[in-house]
Amino acid sequence: MTSVAQPVDKAALANGERSIAVAFVILLAALLVAPLFIYPLFLMKALCFALFACAFNLLIGYVGLLSFGHALFFGWASYISAHAAKVWGLPPELAILAGMATGAGLGLVVGVLAIRRQGIYFAMITLALAQMMYLVAVQAKFTGGEDGIQAVPRGRLFGVLDLTHDMTMYFVVVAIFLGAFLLIYRIVHSPFGEVLKAIRENEPRAISLGYKTDRYKLVAFILSATLAGLAGGLKAIVLQIASLTDVNWPMSGEVVLMTLVGGLGTIFGPVLGAFTIIAMQNYLATFGQWVTVIQGAIFVMFVLLFRRGVIGELAHWLRIRL
Amino acid sequence: MFELLNISPQALFGQLLIGLINGSFYALLSLGLAVIFGMLNIINFSHGAQYMMGAFAAFLLLELTGLNYWAALIIAPIIVGATGVIIERLFLQWLYKLDHLYGLLLTFGLALIIEGLFRNYFGSAGLPYRVPDELTGGHNLGFMFLPNYRAWVIVASLTVCFATWFVIERTRLGAYLRAATENPTLVRAFGINVPRMITLTYGFGVALAAFAGVMAAPIYNVSPQMGSELIIVVFAVVVIGGMGSIMGAIVTGFGLGIVEGLTKYFFPEASNTVIFVIMALVLLVRPAGLFGRAR
Repeated sequence: MTSVAQPVDKAALANGERSIAVAFVILLAALLVAPLFIYPLFLMKALCFALFACAFNLLIGYVGLLSFGHALFFGWASYISAHAAKVWGLPPELAILAGMATGAGLGLVVGVLAIRRQGIYFAMITLALAQMMYLVAVQAKFTGGEDGIQAVPRGRLFGVLDLTHDMTMYFVVVAIFLGAFLLIYRIVHSPFGEVLKAIRENEPRAISLGYKTDRYKLVAFILSATLAGLAGGLKAIVLQIASLTDVNWPMSGEVVLMTLVGGLGTIFGPVLGAFTIIAMQNYLATFGQWVTVIQGAIFVMFVLLFRRGVIGELAHWLRIRL
Repeated sequence: MFELLNISPQALFGQLLIGLINGSFYALLSLGLAVIFGMLNIINFSHGAQYMMGAFAAFLLLELTGLNYWAALIIAPIIVGATGVIIERLFLQWLYKLDHLYGLLLTFGLALIIEGLFRNYFGSAGLPYRVPDELTGGHNLGFMFLPNYRAWVIVASLTVCFATWFVIERTRLGAYLRAATENPTLVRAFGINVPRMITLTYGFGVALAAFAGVMAAPIYNVSPQMGSELIIVVFAVVVIGGMGSIMGAIVTGFGLGIVEGLTKYFFPEASNTVIFVIMALVLLVRPAGLFGRAR
C-alpha cells in the first residue's frame, strides 16, 4: 500500500532531532502556563483526547493501518475504569490500569481478526467490531445504558495526592500525557518503529526481508489500543463520567478527524488536532447539529486540500520534522 | 415437527420474513457498494446517508408535490443519483490516484454533512410514510400472515438485484464496465470514455441506495439517522461476502438477513450482534471472505 505520510529529504533528517526537541519544549512550556489562562477542566479533557489521538496516530501514521473503531478501546476502558473506581472502590491508579488492561485485551482480540485483511477491509472490520461492542455496552447492565456511569470518584492517587483539586488533577494528567507521548516517540524511533514504517511503505518487501509483518502489526495494534485505553480510563477519572458517546462510532470518526487535522504521521499533529476539535466543540456547542456539519466539512477540506494536516504542512514548509 | 420442537410457526415465519426484508436492504446496499468499489476503488461511506436521502426524497415528493410512492420509486433514485454525479465530479475524481483510505475519509465527511443538514431541518424524530393503497392489506398463507407491501419489497429488490447482475455480467455495457475495472487505460485506448463511465457508475450505485431508501420509507420511519447504523452492518456484510462478485453480494445480503431473522427467533438478545459474530468467524476461517479473492 502507498504511504500516508510524506517522505522527508536528507537535510531535514539532520535537523529532525533538534526541531522536535524545540517543539517539545514549547509544548511543555505551554502546558505549564496554560492553566493560568484556560479553564483546567477543558485542558484536561483536551489532553485525554490528545493522548487518544496520539495512540491512534501510532497505527495510521506509522503502520499505515486505518482503524475506524478506536472508540471501542477508549469507551470500554472508560467504562471499566469508572466501574472499578466507583463500584469496586479501587484507587485511581489501579482504576486507570484496569482501563489500560481492557484496551490491551480488546486490542488483542480485534487485532488478531482485523490484521487478516488489508487496507479498506481493515477499516471496515474494526468499525464493525466496534459497533458490536457498542451494542453490547447498550445492553449490559453495569454500563448504565443512556445514563452511563456518573459521579465517578477521583480519589487519592497512591493514597497521597488528592485528585478532587482540579490543579492537582491537571498536573497528574499532564504527567501521564507526557509519559505516554514520550513512550510513543520512543516506539516510533526504535528499531521496532523502523520496521513498522517499512511495513507502511512496502509490506511485501518487508516480508521478503524476513520480517513477520503480521506480528509487528499485531503488537503495534495492541500498543495503540492499550494507550487508547489509558486515555479512556484517564478521561473517566477526570470528567467523572463514562457514557455511550465514548464508545459509539462518531467517537471513532472524531479521533480520525483530530489526527487528520493535525497531520497523519507527525509527532505533534494529533495533539494540536485534538485541542482544535475539542475547542471547536466547546465554542460551537450552542449551534447543535451544525457542529456535525462543520466536522464533515473539515474532513472534506483536509482530505482534498491539506492531506498533510496543519503540523505536516508547517513541517513541509519549514523543511523540518515535527 | 413444529409441535415436537415446541416452535411456533407463526412467530418463526414472521421473523424469517423480517429477516428477508432486512436481507433485501443488505443486498441492495452491498451491491451498490461493490459496484462503486469495483470502478472507483472507493468505499462509499456516504452510502447510508444516500439511502436516507432516498427515503426523504420520497417523503418530500409526497408532501410538496403530491407525487405518490410509485412515482417516487422512479424519481427519487434519479434525483439522489444526480447528487451522486455532482459529488463525484466535485470531490471524488481527485482521489483516484491516492491511497484508498482518503476516499473512505472523504465520504465519511460527506455522510456527516448530509446527516447533520437533514437533522437540522427535520429533527431526529421519525416521520411516517404511508404504505401505497395498492399494497395495503395482506394474505393469510395458512402458516403465516404475509403483508402485501413486504412481499412487494422482497420481489422488487430481488428483481433489481438480478437486473443489475444481468447488466454487468451479460451485456455489452457490462463487459465495458468489467474491462474498465480490470484495465482502464486499455479500455480508453479503444475509444471508450472511461471517466464518464466512472461518474455514471457512482451515480448508479447511489441511485441503488436511494431506491432501497424509498422502499424502506413505509416500513421504517423516515429519519436522518436511519442510514448510519445500517451502513455499518452492510460493511460487515461486505467483509463477509467479499466485494469481488456481484452475485456474492446478493447471496450474502439475503443469506445474512435470514440468519438474523432466525437468530431473532431463537436467541433474541444476540440478534443485533449476530452478523458481526459471523464476520469474526469468517475472518478466522476464510479471511478473504466467502466469495472474495485474496487481495
